[in-house]
Amino acid sequence: MNLKKTFLPLFNPLSKDNPVIVQVLGICSALAVTAKMEPALVMTISVTAVLALANVIISLLRNTIPQSIRIIVQLVVVAALVVVVDQVLKAYNYEVSKALSVFIGLIITNCIIMGRLEAFALGNKPWPAFLDGIGNGLGYGIILLIVSFFRELFGSGTLFGVQIFPQSWYEAGYMNNGMMILPPMALIVVACIIWVHRAYNKDLQEK
Amino acid sequence: MNKQSNTYTIIYSVVLVLVVGILLSVVYQALRPKQLENISDDTKRQILAAALITPKTGESISELYSQHIEDSYIVNDKGEKIASDVNPFDVKVDLEVKKEPAERMLPVFVCSTDNGTKYIVPVYGAGLWGPIWGYISFDSNGEDIYGAYFAHQGETPGLGAEIEKPAFQDQFKGKQVYGSDGIFTPVKVVKNGQEPASGAYVHAISGGTITSQGVQKMLDNSLQPYTAFFTNLSKEKP
Repeated sequence: MNLKKTFLPLFNPLSKDNPVIVQVLGICSALAVTAKMEPALVMTISVTAVLALANVIISLLRNTIPQSIRIIVQLVVVAALVVVVDQVLKAYNYEVSKALSVFIGLIITNCIIMGRLEAFALGNKPWPAFLDGIGNGLGYGIILLIVSFFRELFGSGTLFGVQIFPQSWYEAGYMNNGMMILPPMALIVVACIIWVHRAYNKDLQEK
Repeated sequence: MNKQSNTYTIIYSVVLVLVVGILLSVVYQALRPKQLENISDDTKRQILAAALITPKTGESISELYSQHIEDSYIVNDKGEKIASDVNPFDVKVDLEVKKEPAERMLPVFVCSTDNGTKYIVPVYGAGLWGPIWGYISFDSNGEDIYGAYFAHQGETPGLGAEIEKPAFQDQFKGKQVYGSDGIFTPVKVVKNGQEPASGAYVHAISGGTITSQGVQKMLDNSLQPYTAFFTNLSKEKP
């Protein structure tokens, strides 16, 4: 029971308290980087890393931060981490960093991060804060990967850049769905996920 | 010490900003060489793509580049080579295309391929949302396009962004831009059913009208100053 309680911050955001489909945060980047699976995966890793580290740092500093510049301190920490992630990507994964372009920089404004810092890290010890960061990062990532799976498969006929639908299908008249590549389709897929998720979790349904 | 006092707040923010500032500059300095290498490798990949050379997985782009690119120089709009300290590879094409043709530095990359020597020149222009650019390779007769490569910063996916797809770029193969009579005839980017009676044309992208027009303007503006260079080339090697 105690163990379960310890890891609650890690597992809760994966489904019951998912940042994207339950709290509806971070939708903007879910639209932008989910046309292909590889950028979605890199975005997941980046957001998880930034969120976990920012949570730990803010949690360590929580008793020293002056109340009047609380948000500024959080922003400085997040911005610094995001710049580091951006620089590392530019150095070691240039292709993906080109594909993600401004969206790495926009992690700073990802509502999930500020939300978790305010709601969790400021009031908890570093270890639970770290788990909460990882959990929310992964909860965000799962949705990104599900959405990008459908968008890349039906929009480009590939997964992680590997051709899935054989050439013979195209010769037989099958066509990639161009709508899948465009941002509106991400919203529709997210909506479908929310629908399925709430159908299984009756307690989440609004009365 | 009172954690809500002004002094504490100011000292706290100064220390925080200093720590973060030092951290970021260390990271920047440490990763800079690797990043510059990536950027230059990416440019080399684009130049080679114009000559239809694509690296196989695991192949070093720098090596491939030095294998294929025999020579590179800068010419002016009279087709004469300019002696300059600037490496043609480092010419800022985005700034050059805004100058008067007579003042431009025009880089040329000489590339040896399995189909003979090709001459690669950079092009740069504006799409709908941001810059578009590319490299065009010409046969050694100085008239026919051998291959084209286009890239963009943020054109609409599925519409304008299609200029980076082979389906669009392959259309340029074999098109004639510089006549041996020394007259520049631009490649027209036209809609289906509006093909001109004469002159080279390619089909525009449906739904990507502004980007397609941008491609045509980019080609006109960037390629026109090379006319003298390519006319000389066709005279040298009939």
